[in-house]
Amino acid sequence: MDVSAQHDASSGNLAEVGEIMQAIAEHKGCGTTGGSGKASCGSQAGQGDLPTEIWEKVKNHPCYSEEAHHHYARMHVAVAPACNIQCNYCNRKYDCANESRPGVVSEKLTPEQAAKKVLAVASTIPQMTVLGIAGPGDPLANPEKTFKTFELIYNTAPDIKLCLSTNGLMLPDHVDTIAKYNVDHVTITINMVDPEIGAKIYPWIFYKHKRYTGYEAAKILTDRQLQGLEMLTERGILCKVNSVMIPGINDQHLVEVNRAVKSRGAFLHNIMPLISAPEHGTVFGLNGQRGPSAQELKALQDSCEGEMNMMRHCRQCRADAVGLLGEDRSAEFTTDKIMAMEVKYDAETRKAYQEKVEEERIAKVAAKQEELAELAGTSSDIKVLVAVATKGSGLINEHFGHAKEFQVYELSTAGAKFVGHRRVDLYCQGGYGEEDSLETIIRAINDCHAVFVAKIGGCPKGDLIKAGIEPVDQYAHEFIEKSAIAWFKAYLDKVNSGEIEHVERGDAAIRQGALISAA
Amino acid sequence: MPFKIIASQCTSCSACEPECPNVAIREKGGTFVIDPKKCTECLGHFDEPQCVAVCPVDNTCVIDTSLPRYQAPA
Repeated sequence: MDVSAQHDASSGNLAEVGEIMQAIAEHKGCGTTGGSGKASCGSQAGQGDLPTEIWEKVKNHPCYSEEAHHHYARMHVAVAPACNIQCNYCNRKYDCANESRPGVVSEKLTPEQAAKKVLAVASTIPQMTVLGIAGPGDPLANPEKTFKTFELIYNTAPDIKLCLSTNGLMLPDHVDTIAKYNVDHVTITINMVDPEIGAKIYPWIFYKHKRYTGYEAAKILTDRQLQGLEMLTERGILCKVNSVMIPGINDQHLVEVNRAVKSRGAFLHNIMPLISAPEHGTVFGLNGQRGPSAQELKALQDSCEGEMNMMRHCRQCRADAVGLLGEDRSAEFTTDKIMAMEVKYDAETRKAYQEKVEEERIAKVAAKQEELAELAGTSSDIKVLVAVATKGSGLINEHFGHAKEFQVYELSTAGAKFVGHRRVDLYCQGGYGEEDSLETIIRAINDCHAVFVAKIGGCPKGDLIKAGIEPVDQYAHEFIEKSAIAWFKAYLDKVNSGEIEHVERGDAAIRQGALISAA
Repeated sequence: MPFKIIASQCTSCSACEPECPNVAIREKGGTFVIDPKKCTECLGHFDEPQCVAVCPVDNTCVIDTSLPRYQAPA
């Protein structure tokens, strides 16, 4: 029996959170363990319960380790334009410089151009440790271009980790080549394991010289995806699974997907919200299919976290993104600029820089441990969310008005746990605050009790307080987790002494539109 | 009549190029074009024209009605 298959796509509403929780209660493979107790590379600073060999592979990978994403950068090269399946949430025709979402790039590269770009970026941004090929189509629908690019980089910059993101249709055919180029991270987008549901997400696939539609298409796709996943994990290649949460179509079913991929050896599951603005021209955008709210997304992620590491810091970036997650420096590295560059790959400087980053990371973890010790002995059931404005390095170091996104932490007596991020429009542009943008920000972090910033102006401060969100600037340029725990301790003290009353916050909106470039 | 690609709809994704059994497709001026002299409408190769089957934009690879239909050699 499948509940999701009978679910009407148009009836999505908040009541579904309850239904999801119900579906989860019946589902054994993915038990909940109280929400915050689970060690996870997606939410914790340290190794947690990951086997050492996996931890070694992921600890400096921004897409796989929440903690690493504050310190290390990634880049994608758009060498793979062709795709072999059609998804209802994707429209390849739309391309705009201000658009930041998967499937979108500004220019295609040849493998040779891509290799030069990688070296140029690696020399300019020493914390760039990961090169991914994620499209804009499917890398394995363009196997020659994809593997030529890997070969060139593998030969010139062997310290750069290679990874690949695929829909999985052609994966079983290429597993040996993936192993040959030492690609040790593969992401497979798996949105369903039930072809009935798949038929609502994928209108067609192109496989062995034939276009398949409906149930048949989805059946081939899911069989190939799961077979590919098994083949990779057998060879010790790390696999992350991405799933797009589509309310009313696969939201409840993703619990089943979680169980299926976990049992086949995936080490991390990334459930992402559907992006479906009508202006993107996707099938879902045009037929009014909505994305999930922040609360619905978190409820699903929390429920799958029991036995599997969940990723919550995914930025759903472009197939040609460059930089730390959440920032995009691709405009600095256009083909014209790169081809004119004199590139010298300096492995030594990169190594020295990365050693410094490691020292920072250790200091940050130590600071957090200290503060956690302070919290020991305090007992309370209260859990609150707080938003943080950061530019990276794990510090509260961004001005409220300059933040393009806020990181969200859940605070409890167990400590500070990263649970997601919220994109916001730039509130401050050219030095002038815009009231409309402030409303957008408040909607995006409406479920938070406080927002931690390096600096904030008087006007937004007043409006935030009116909205019930406390602006906190006293921890400017300090470590996020340590500061959040200190603030939470003071909050609990105030609640206990009766000075303030603890009230639950409402839901928040997930930003859908284009990311406006800071430049 | 061979197939043609409507340039204004082509996303230039290149998916059709390697699928063509006649190597009739190449990039030209930012989009892809089909050489009408080489196109056999995939007759004798596949059940459906490969460019049509793989193209992500519907009605972009279409029959060119200004040319006569392809005739398989006797």
